[in-house]
Amino acid sequence: MSRTVRVGLPHHLRTLAGTGRETVVSVGDAPTIGEVLDALEAAHPALRGTIRDHETGRRRPFMRWFACEEDLSHEPADTPLPREVVDGDEPFRILGAIAGG
Amino acid sequence: MTTIRVLVGTAKGAFVATATGDRQDWQVQGPLFGGWEVYHLKGSPVDPDRVWAAPSTGWHGQVVQRSDDGARTWTPVGNEFAYRGPTGTHQSYDGTPHSWDFARVWHLEPSPTDVDTVFAGVEDAGLFRSTDGGSTWQELDALRTHATADTWQPGAGGLCLHTILIDPGNPDRMYVAISAAGAFRTDDGGDSWLPINTGLQSGHLPDEDATVGHCVHNLAMHPTRPDTVFMQKHWDVMRTDDAGGVWHEISGDLPSDFGFPVAVDPNDPETVFVVPITSDSEHYPPDGALRVARSRTGGGEWELLTEGLPQQHAYGNVLRDAMAVDLMDPCGVYVGTTDGAVYASRDGGDRWSPILEHLPRVLSVEVQTIP
Repeated sequence: MSRTVRVGLPHHLRTLAGTGRETVVSVGDAPTIGEVLDALEAAHPALRGTIRDHETGRRRPFMRWFACEEDLSHEPADTPLPREVVDGDEPFRILGAIAGG
Repeated sequence: MTTIRVLVGTAKGAFVATATGDRQDWQVQGPLFGGWEVYHLKGSPVDPDRVWAAPSTGWHGQVVQRSDDGARTWTPVGNEFAYRGPTGTHQSYDGTPHSWDFARVWHLEPSPTDVDTVFAGVEDAGLFRSTDGGSTWQELDALRTHATADTWQPGAGGLCLHTILIDPGNPDRMYVAISAAGAFRTDDGGDSWLPINTGLQSGHLPDEDATVGHCVHNLAMHPTRPDTVFMQKHWDVMRTDDAGGVWHEISGDLPSDFGFPVAVDPNDPETVFVVPITSDSEHYPPDGALRVARSRTGGGEWELLTEGLPQQHAYGNVLRDAMAVDLMDPCGVYVGTTDGAVYASRDGGDRWSPILEHLPRVLSVEVQTIP
């Protein structure tokens, strides 16, 4: 069974992907941070390499991810998404660090 | 009717200025890729509707954008620049070993023969090629793995491959330049590379005429004379007539032989343009006067072109990819400044006027001449 989760994108990624402030991606029943990023990149190939390194898959230094008022940037990729994100009540927010521009 | 399209990359987006062949009334489009740092844009000589752009940001790294309708609409294409095989080390600023690490694309050079083939010069220095319209990129790694590569060191802008010249009569012959490794030539499409720095002298090197280590800022070549190449080095304007076998200095009576770009008049292979800059410590024009220098004798004797250019309180630099010439006769000459102006001359440099002002820092200027 699959479900959709909401993903918030920063300005430059919205223009690259051609989306609004939020987009939705399809994930499995127990989605993780890595799964939602995989799904986002699969739905919008133009985002590959702009959030995570192509080769290592590591988060780019000036990218952060937040959800439910928590900073999840340093959590491992297999960390489950918070229940509120899975249920669609909250977005998984991808944003640029304030220092990155 | 001929159309002239000027492609301007800036620190916060790209701009496109278009005029008919009389080059009087310019229509401006932009900013494209607003907020992105656009080191370079360039159009294909095969199909002028095909235009490439290389925006990057600190947040998201490098992307490549492609237009198939003359810079009106754009599509992101592949942006994976993976060095091929093991990456060794080059020298850091302090001489210690530093691993090769991709930072950005400095220059895109479309093939003169195939619309889907384009080369990318990148930092840390490497040469990539796409043959599928930008979807995928492959490194021509014989350059980065050259026997001298572990001695290469970055210039102030990084260890960047910033200049790619392709011989239109023999695309297997290419010249590239790397700051601060020097100039290199391939005669076999990139399978092997020869450092071509004999005759260069650089005071920052312990051995002033070393094989590599020279901070070459830019190269230019007339398409009908592929053995003659002009060079603006960190200091010194140089020329070779044997494809880099030996260089000799042509700085002559320039007010300063420090500078960044060099260009050749398409109507006369002995007419050359440079932009004198005060020094490597003072990156602005001498005396606060922006002057383009033109030699009609292949170097040595230079005239300073000033009419219509700011002659007081002008402290913008002209970066290495920020001068271009169109293919009209007389040729148009275009320079972009780090204080946000693009000046154009439609008479080979005699008189100038601004076609864009108050832009972000101009990083590159290219021009397309579209019949």
